Amino acid sequence: MEKFDKITSVAAPLPLINVDTDMIIPARFLKTIKRTGLGADLFSTLRFNEDGSDREDFVLNMPAYKDAEVLVTGENFGCGSSREHAPWALMDFGIKCVIAPSFADIFYNNSFKNGMLLIKLPPEDMDKLMDDAERGANATVTVDLEAQEITGPDGGLIKFEIDAFKKHCLLNGLDDIGLTLQKNDKIDDYEERQKAAQPW
Amino acid sequence: MSEAKTLYDKIWDAHIVDEQDDGTCLVYIDRHLVHEVTSPQAFEGLRNSGRKVRRTDLTLAVADHNVPTTDRSAGIEDEESRIQVEALEKNCAEFDVELYSMDDIRQGICHVVGPEQGFTLPGTTLVCGDSHTATHGAFGSMSFGIGTSEVEHVLATQTLLLTKCRNMRVTVNGALPLGITAKDLILAVIGKIGTAGGTGAAIEFAGEAFQSLSMEGRMTVCNMTIEGGARVGMFAPDETTFEYLKGRPKSPKGGAWEMAVEYWKTLKTDEGAVFDEEIVMQAADIKPQVTWGTSPEDVTTIDGQVPNPADESDENRRNKMERSLEYMDLEAGTPMKDIKIDTAFIGSCTNSRLEDMRAAAAVAKGRKVADGVRALVVPGSGLIKELAEQEGLDQIFIEAGFEWREAGCSMCLAMNADKLAPGERSASTSNRNFEGRQGPGGRTHLVSPAMAAAAAITGHLTDVSDLD
Repeated sequence: MEKFDKITSVAAPLPLINVDTDMIIPARFLKTIKRTGLGADLFSTLRFNEDGSDREDFVLNMPAYKDAEVLVTGENFGCGSSREHAPWALMDFGIKCVIAPSFADIFYNNSFKNGMLLIKLPPEDMDKLMDDAERGANATVTVDLEAQEITGPDGGLIKFEIDAFKKHCLLNGLDDIGLTLQKNDKIDDYEERQKAAQPW
Repeated sequence: MSEAKTLYDKIWDAHIVDEQDDGTCLVYIDRHLVHEVTSPQAFEGLRNSGRKVRRTDLTLAVADHNVPTTDRSAGIEDEESRIQVEALEKNCAEFDVELYSMDDIRQGICHVVGPEQGFTLPGTTLVCGDSHTATHGAFGSMSFGIGTSEVEHVLATQTLLLTKCRNMRVTVNGALPLGITAKDLILAVIGKIGTAGGTGAAIEFAGEAFQSLSMEGRMTVCNMTIEGGARVGMFAPDETTFEYLKGRPKSPKGGAWEMAVEYWKTLKTDEGAVFDEEIVMQAADIKPQVTWGTSPEDVTTIDGQVPNPADESDENRRNKMERSLEYMDLEAGTPMKDIKIDTAFIGSCTNSRLEDMRAAAAVAKGRKVADGVRALVVPGSGLIKELAEQEGLDQIFIEAGFEWREAGCSMCLAMNADKLAPGERSASTSNRNFEGRQGPGGRTHLVSPAMAAAAAITGHLTDVSDLD
């Protein structure tokens, strides 16, 4: 997993609540057996007309935002399916950080497993960031995970909270499976105990 | 004396392998269901790192999302779907995982197959790369959907790194009014708590209305827990649970069965246990439910109307409502019963079990599907299809003009050939009315099986009690 340290980018505003995983990547694009390539179909319905051409009014199609690495959006982002294709699609497009008032649980976990940073902020900070994001190419933000700080275009500072273990894994690009396998003896012990207590 | 625990606390505590200083726990996973959509990248990860499946005996695979629900003898026509199903077959052979292939009568939707085979048991932790894994909580298991990285983690280690959920209880007191189903109950709960109301929570369902449900009904309720934002939904196991499980192929046998039941009886919330959040509703207040918008929380009663965004004070919510109504092509104030449909879909991991088939057939019997309406019935497994046919349900559906199909996920998420055309409207027994869920541009109204059958007959959303 790639390490996440600090990024500076324009922030694309997507002021919608309850953006579900079918909006992020519709089920018909889940037929791949790879993790890559899904960025082409990210937000397919919002992003493209029926004939496949770009919808000019969609934020990630606008010249100012097409290279955005940060997405600023509404509450309960990522609700619905457990598909990890949702964070894969966002990351394949180039998004490395999503900022919202709240996220759906499974999406939240899936994103961190892939090195994407999700930040939850209270409404007043969200309003400020959304306003900044809407100013376009001149309004870059810097997200610093180590310091747990977002620096706005006018130098304004927003602090954010994050689970210490998730932060550690992201900063160091750690693979969960490798970490868990170091505890193999404990897993063996658990299996022995369970087999004795619950032989069914 | 230890302190009073909830059902969720008990199962959580019983599965901790290791606890980190920050409270993150390594949790043992007793059962793992695998399907073709969310597993290929996980098997690829194992292969790339030279790892094996730790407990093939606790892992069961079935292809469900991509399989055709029409004649399968010629295989899968769509190339990408075929490749994904073939990848599952290849991976299961290589890693020695049990698989119910497309021509096996036990094949079906993974959340139907697990319980049907007795793979799902009370007190277990059960995961699957699918958010509707919450379904299995009906048996008093701690079951939840995971992403593909976690699928790989479970395959390799039979554990997951988790933080504990908060405890939430939803109690519905009183007996369910006549004609009110499990689907109406859970839609009413989601309407009350909202699609994010259960975020971070494990929900226990309690009260007479829930406890009186069959296992099928309990599965419908737990299945949609995720639509209320909670990964885990649970019922305390009871005689209804034990009766359902006894004699199933993978259920404990002989002395082990007796021992298991003794343990399962302890799996209930202790008197005095404290929940972080409690919701209490009255069964008598619940009417047949139907969704009007593009989120499962956009729900009203069948005798209600399409709501008016102007009545919503919160700007974000008003914008979302306006967007939903535009997508759904609905005018505020329209009576729900006046909304015409093009398709009725009876199926999905929410409502494709024998009881659901019977409820729909009872409405279809002796009636005809309205002109211009397509009506699909898709059983949840090959075994359910066989049982329904033994009861003659297939003939009732076919005579009424419904299509009687093979088992799979089908039009719930339109990954196979079963989908809505742009602008088409469905009455669907599935779980999500998201934009494009049943096909790009398709419009979905979530309802119970009886109401989907009634809408097929009249051609518009219908209160079953209004039928002649």
